[in-house]
Amino acid sequence: MLVEQIAVFLENKSGRLAEITSTLAKNTINIRALSVADTADFGILRLIVDKVEDAKTVLKENGFTVGITNVIAVEVADKTGGLASVLQCIQQAEINVEYMYAFVNKTGENAVLIFRFDKMEEAIKALQKDNYVILSRDTICSL
Amino acid sequence: MSVIYWEEEIETLPRVGLESIQLRRLQHLVARVYRTVEPYRKKMDEAGIKPDDIKTLADLTKLPFTAKNDLRDNYPFGLFTVPLNEVVRVHASSGTTGKPTVVGYTKKDIKTWSGVMARALCCAGATSDDMVHNAYGYGLFTGGLGAHYGIEHLGATVIPVSGGNSKRQITIMKDFGSTVLLSTPSYALNLADAMDSMGVDPASLSLRVGIFGAEPWSENMREEVERKLNLKATDIYGLSEVMGPGVAQECLQADRGMHIFEDHFLPEVIDPDTGEVLPPGEQGELVFTTLTKEAFPIIRYRTRDITSLIYEPCACGRTLVRMEKVTGRTDDMLIIRGVNVFPSQVEHVLVGVEGVEPHYQIIVEREGNLDTMQVQVEVSEGLFSDEIRVLENMTKKIQREIKDLLGVTCKVKLVEPKTIQRSEGKAQRVIDNRVL
Repeated sequence: MLVEQIAVFLENKSGRLAEITSTLAKNTINIRALSVADTADFGILRLIVDKVEDAKTVLKENGFTVGITNVIAVEVADKTGGLASVLQCIQQAEINVEYMYAFVNKTGENAVLIFRFDKMEEAIKALQKDNYVILSRDTICSL
Repeated sequence: MSVIYWEEEIETLPRVGLESIQLRRLQHLVARVYRTVEPYRKKMDEAGIKPDDIKTLADLTKLPFTAKNDLRDNYPFGLFTVPLNEVVRVHASSGTTGKPTVVGYTKKDIKTWSGVMARALCCAGATSDDMVHNAYGYGLFTGGLGAHYGIEHLGATVIPVSGGNSKRQITIMKDFGSTVLLSTPSYALNLADAMDSMGVDPASLSLRVGIFGAEPWSENMREEVERKLNLKATDIYGLSEVMGPGVAQECLQADRGMHIFEDHFLPEVIDPDTGEVLPPGEQGELVFTTLTKEAFPIIRYRTRDITSLIYEPCACGRTLVRMEKVTGRTDDMLIIRGVNVFPSQVEHVLVGVEGVEPHYQIIVEREGNLDTMQVQVEVSEGLFSDEIRVLENMTKKIQREIKDLLGVTCKVKLVEPKTIQRSEGKAQRVIDNRVL
């Protein structure tokens, strides 16, 4: 149910994002989804990739600090209110969103929401109870 | 200009007479310390020295050195020679790690200290008619209270204004008619800026002389301070382990050097690597032995300050040896806004913060007249989180703990691994970009 996400520490200086993406490209690692969180001094790049272990290894070899975190990927129909309904379900279960980002899959019919919650197990239960589609790692990579 | 002495007889005593006083006091001190302080006795026994072996001043070199570590190992009161009920005051300065360095004073010590401080004030041309603006910090730091007692002892009027709130300080200077200013040199420049922003012309004030110390400063800074504050700027030296302010003071007549009050503080200059005493005039590490202190005497204390001693007679008539302006340190201690900071203290904080394997660097800058300290910490895997909040809380925690331990506000910046330069596998811990 959980999807592994790669997080990379980024100093705010030019060229770092380019370096990461080209390192991944050279090693034929495909990025499925990505988000950057930033402050005045530093940023955190969060990535969903097809080969998590490989990505971690090559980025570490290139001197980056890398962490792997579990996130939850929820698929919803790409229409008005899709995200709102998921968040309502989460709120009712008194769960907090630490961060989230989203992408639309190739067919354009569905959107994939990537979540990190403060209570991951409870979040899965709440989402399943309301019949949301939770994607596995393999499914995300094949999208 | 006539020379003002506080204790003319001793300050102008021919050196033969001075040396015989020093020897008598040294012999007395060594005997007392050997008898009353176990760590000293142990070190002397290990070196095979007995108090009776001190027959001339040159025999001083037979005694083992005392280092900052010795103070830390005997924290807090282990090197005191009198029972605590005879100690009327303690002061503390930052140690090399978490623990501060604690010093104590008996009633007589406070009197001695007030006396040497009064001498220092006179040396700078102050008299009992002066209105002395004491902007050294009051508290555990020896600067504020040490100077305070000396000013009162001299019979001048002390304004115990302490540090901070520059605008109020200017108003007080104007309204009270401050004639003598005591502060760190960088704070003096701060006050000059405050005057400028308030539209106060320094020439309209009564300031005549400044006594500046507790941090390194250059001749360029002296010129700047003199020009901006319209006063004569003099240099004072002191450190809490030896006494506090009033160990040495520049006179108005010499073109260089601070007179060391040698009847109380016996100086040596050594080669910091070999520990050998260097010939007069050669530059090396300054070492002090206190000759009259009761509660916390110290034998051959390695100050880590680099200077040289000038034995040539001085135009002011004082026979007391002069020390050159301190030009550097033999260790990595930094002085930031008058506060002693050791990189190891920062490391101590970082190790204490969970998960930090400290690859860090301290970057010191001077912005305007204010020293700024930035601590860069490499983000290791153990430290890293994918949540901004967690990383920000950690930088705040490090910042708070450094502030708690050192009393210095710093900025903590997280950096990528391997961004801090390493030479021969060892990171360079400090980059000091200040131009004094």
